[in-house]
Amino acid sequence: MSDAAVTDTGHAEASGHHDVKPVRKTAMWVFLGSECVFFGAMISTFLLYRNTTNGAPGSEIFNIPFTSASSFILLMSSLTMVLAHNAFEKKDLRQTRVWLIGTVLLGSTFLAGQIFEFTEFIHEGLTLPASPFGSSFYMLTGFHGIHVAVGVMLLAAMVVLSFSGRLYDDRGLNVELIGLYWHFVDIVWIVIFTVVYLLQV
Amino acid sequence: MPRNRTGDRASEAPGAELAARTRNKNGRLRLLLTLPVLAFLASCSGSGPQSALEPKGPIARDIDGLWDLVYWLAVAVFIMVTALLVWAMWRYRERPGDETEPKQLHGSAAIELGGVVFSVVLLAIISVPTVRGLLDMRQVPEGDDVIQIQVTGHQWWWEFEYVDETGPDGATLITANELHIPEDATVYLTMTSADVIHSFWIPAVNGKRDVVPGQVTNLTIIADDPTSPDEPLPGQCAEFCGLAHADMRIKLHVHTDADYAAWLDEQFQPSQLPAEESELAAGWSTFNTVCTTCHQVSLEDVEGEVVTYGPERHIAAADIQFRSSFGPNLTHLFSRGTFGAGTVELTESHLAEWIGDPQSLKPMNPDENDLAAGRVLGMPDTGLNADEISEVIELLKTWR
Amino acid sequence: MTTTAEPQVFRSPGSRGLWAWVTTVDHKRIGLLYAVSAAVFFLIGGIEALLVRTQLFGPNLEVLSAEAYNQLFTMHGLTMVFLVVMPIAAAFTNYFLPIMIGARDVAFPRLNSFSYWLFFFGGLLIYSSFLLGGAPDGAWVGYAPLSTQLTEVVRMDFWTIGLALLGVSSLGASANFIATTFTMRAPGMSMLRMPVFAWMSLVVAFLLIFSLPSVTIGLFQLFLDRNFGALFYASAAGGDPLLWQHLFWIFGHPEVYVLILPAMGIVSEVLPTFARKPLFGYPFVVFSGAAIGFIGFGVWSHHMFTSGMGPIAEAGFGVATMIIAVPTGVKIFNWLGTIWGGKIKYNTPMLFSLAFIAMFVIGGLSGVTHAVVPSDTQQHDSYYVVAHFHYVLFGGAVFGYVSGIYYWFPKWTGRKLNEALGKVHFWLALIGFNLTFGPMHILGLNGMPRRTYRYPEGLGWANWNAVATIGAYVILLAFLVFAWNIVRTHFLAKGERVGNDPWDGRTLEWTTSSPPPVHNFDTIPVVHSLDDFWHQKYTEDDEGRAVRIPAVTEGALTVDEETGGGDESHEPDEDMHMPSPSFYPVVSAFGFAITGAGLIYLPWGFLGVGVGVAIAVWGLFGWSLEPVTKEH
Repeated sequence: MSDAAVTDTGHAEASGHHDVKPVRKTAMWVFLGSECVFFGAMISTFLLYRNTTNGAPGSEIFNIPFTSASSFILLMSSLTMVLAHNAFEKKDLRQTRVWLIGTVLLGSTFLAGQIFEFTEFIHEGLTLPASPFGSSFYMLTGFHGIHVAVGVMLLAAMVVLSFSGRLYDDRGLNVELIGLYWHFVDIVWIVIFTVVYLLQV
Repeated sequence: MPRNRTGDRASEAPGAELAARTRNKNGRLRLLLTLPVLAFLASCSGSGPQSALEPKGPIARDIDGLWDLVYWLAVAVFIMVTALLVWAMWRYRERPGDETEPKQLHGSAAIELGGVVFSVVLLAIISVPTVRGLLDMRQVPEGDDVIQIQVTGHQWWWEFEYVDETGPDGATLITANELHIPEDATVYLTMTSADVIHSFWIPAVNGKRDVVPGQVTNLTIIADDPTSPDEPLPGQCAEFCGLAHADMRIKLHVHTDADYAAWLDEQFQPSQLPAEESELAAGWSTFNTVCTTCHQVSLEDVEGEVVTYGPERHIAAADIQFRSSFGPNLTHLFSRGTFGAGTVELTESHLAEWIGDPQSLKPMNPDENDLAAGRVLGMPDTGLNADEISEVIELLKTWR
Repeated sequence: MTTTAEPQVFRSPGSRGLWAWVTTVDHKRIGLLYAVSAAVFFLIGGIEALLVRTQLFGPNLEVLSAEAYNQLFTMHGLTMVFLVVMPIAAAFTNYFLPIMIGARDVAFPRLNSFSYWLFFFGGLLIYSSFLLGGAPDGAWVGYAPLSTQLTEVVRMDFWTIGLALLGVSSLGASANFIATTFTMRAPGMSMLRMPVFAWMSLVVAFLLIFSLPSVTIGLFQLFLDRNFGALFYASAAGGDPLLWQHLFWIFGHPEVYVLILPAMGIVSEVLPTFARKPLFGYPFVVFSGAAIGFIGFGVWSHHMFTSGMGPIAEAGFGVATMIIAVPTGVKIFNWLGTIWGGKIKYNTPMLFSLAFIAMFVIGGLSGVTHAVVPSDTQQHDSYYVVAHFHYVLFGGAVFGYVSGIYYWFPKWTGRKLNEALGKVHFWLALIGFNLTFGPMHILGLNGMPRRTYRYPEGLGWANWNAVATIGAYVILLAFLVFAWNIVRTHFLAKGERVGNDPWDGRTLEWTTSSPPPVHNFDTIPVVHSLDDFWHQKYTEDDEGRAVRIPAVTEGALTVDEETGGGDESHEPDEDMHMPSPSFYPVVSAFGFAITGAGLIYLPWGFLGVGVGVAIAVWGLFGWSLEPVTKEH
């Protein structure tokens, strides 16, 4: 949906009355507002089932130091994203590219960490059909992981565009809009990390 | 119909002070006003035995009293708004030849404020009794004379377990679809479901309450007067539960205290296991190979020992065990007036039709049964021939 | 006024005929596509309702089997909510929102096309179930665990996947409408100068944006339960069936306002036009609409008063539900105030709008009786509830939309619908509607539960059921007259031809031609007040009566009477580059639908998922890379 919601530039150009950017930015904000409810519904579900483990492993198998580290990596990617956006605004193509690549690498590292973590958990018996806890854990973190993956792909596309010199072409998505999305995904992770991993009841 | 209450059951019941008020309402009159357009047609229809407007117990009567209040307020508001609307439509219609334009009135803060205050006051009037009535009806009745019954909803029938007493075999009493209670008694239902969500609803004695798998819900029912055996108070499942949702009925029999005690005694008497050479032996042999796959029956053999045949199933919800089986308990089948979850009158010919082709009388989905997983969606074809069926019915007839 | 140089409109000509409709990105054409689709689904949903009513004509009839009945009432509800009322609202919003706020199109024309086609394929997918072994039969609310019970039968998978696709479609459309409203209003069109219909569309878009995610997550959970062994709703494993009810109704209650608010917006346009007075208390109508939307998020649990939430929650939600009656009441008072003192012309759109008020009052009042929790335990899931929401959604919403069709038909086609036929339609519809749904109040109070395929004799339900069934056929007759009126007026071209402004209208759509040009306005209007067009035609005398301004000729809307002259915006606009038609949106939507169809038939459906994703990605890439306007 994210790409669909912002790839159109048609009318705004046509009317001549309106700036292009506010149109797409409005749509992006609306989209992120909607995303809040998506994650809210899943977090609520997780909270409902956090103790419904049915004998399968529960939160005790979480490796807090490991996930803290990967969370830190994801947080750092927000910093590199800010730097990329700054450079983008200053039309500094080289710096933009460097920080974009940095963000892509940090995001990918987080994803790799999540895949590793999932493999470990499945080994220990925590699977989607193991318990309502397992179902809601994988749905929530998996849905977030898909968001990170989509963000990484969009950022990678921007990197490719920067090499072909088309980074500043007018198109639906640009570094600023993807940055908004990326920060949102990071903030959601802070909430998920706190609720799922840190708050032990 | 003021009744002389012997115990204090009624005063312990939720909302008793309202119940004490004698009211003799004409449901038909109120129905008339529900729809002025159709008022004249109302005379062709009474309220009927399953009506919420003809309460037969104090709880339902409280609800009905609240409904009356809200209904008449709503009627008043409707008449007021419609009168204003119709009058304005008439008064301010465009008249031929009138060339003047109307005054361009843009609004009035005073009228808006008046409208808001008006609605708030009306809603405050109904919200106070709403909350009070709600808290009343959700009270858990206490006392030794409260009758505890556990209810299990099944696709598509009801199972009732009388948990206050145990019979000679040490087991509680289990029956299906027909609920028996004494008059004026406070009956507290503890309910769960074996499969999907159902809703227990006998409008004459209380509103409905959902029956949720894995969870326990409760409902208190009280009935004023004994019912005649032919005319129990009807109710039915009110939450869509699949194929035969429409055919999941309840019959509530209300007895005098003495009749209730007699009924309990009868039900606690085990039915008889036919002796080996008796003419019922063939029917029993069929029954015990086919029917006991799903149905339970408690029988006393010649030595006086009571044995329960058929699968025992326990449904757990919120630390409460509900005794159950895969089909209705048949120990006293012929003490009932109906079968097929209250949809079919219990006669030999109906029963023969049912055993021969269960789905001819009620739609079910037994192809999807999976007893190991606890999933039962109706009675499968028995594969019995006509002779076997009549033998089984001869046997069943003795279980009353 | 200088009109020396005609502005040039550039739009890639594209192809003609069917393909032009498939690839269109014009908001007006997309609006008409929504309208035609909704009409077809209305016919289908109506036939389903008639079959249901026929089965219930008398006790223990065998017109339909239980299996067929359960599919038909499920599909009737699903169809009317998601495939009729939502798209007809989308049709009006698409067609008129941009014109009413003085824009040339929506913010994202291709996203608009994508939303339509996703809706179209989603509806098609759901209906294909009839040919593929049976339609969904778990009621439109699909309560778990009934909806997760029979995983071998794919019926309910059609329902989860179909609804999810329709949800994505609505999310896209809503984001589009919000961006359009916030960023593309004409100069001078401040938020509080927007027509009420535009306001209600905006509120609805926000409602959908914030409510659809909840049910979408619930649908994902049901899907995972059904197909991947997840345990969200497996009560034996500790899953909570009530979670679904919460997730569903957090969406489902705002959804009710999604269905009714645009109709209220239409009524708020029609009443002032035919009473020849401004809407009484415009800001109150707008803010009460917003308040209904906002409070609507806090009352979802009143659909669950019998589920066992506990008395405190029940009391809270009961009172919250009563509160929502306040802004609703405000609207009704304002509509009465609007016709009060007016000069009412009884054209068909006005008749339907006035009937809307009366029927909606009945539906609203019966809604208040549901908030009385003890009373609701008798009414819940009975025919009383069926009566209630049909008074809101048929006597309310549908009458409002029908009013809108009569009102704006001249704008769409340049021809007025026939008044005589319109009045026949109106009276038949009003009588048939009350015959059908009035008795259902009584049936419900007399203990008849909804969603039951048969009922026995002896419960006193037979007569009223017979009346209701007869009423249903009267409704059929009414809408046959309506269909004939449309065919006669438009397709047989027998309707009276009219100009730009047949009703002496108040809002911007009446300033442009009928039908409007592809770019809507030659010159983007400059707006000076609420009901700008009216104020260009009329001024007020000392008594406050409207007085026609003689000098102004039709269409010369940019002349500012008060300042006595124009400003620079009166110059013709620069050349306009309207977005070119594109087939990528329909390709992307098709890809999504194929993906969905694959998910229904897992595991071998993964093949379909692969194909669908490939098509969708192709569509999205093409969409992103193609230039918006072709070189000319």
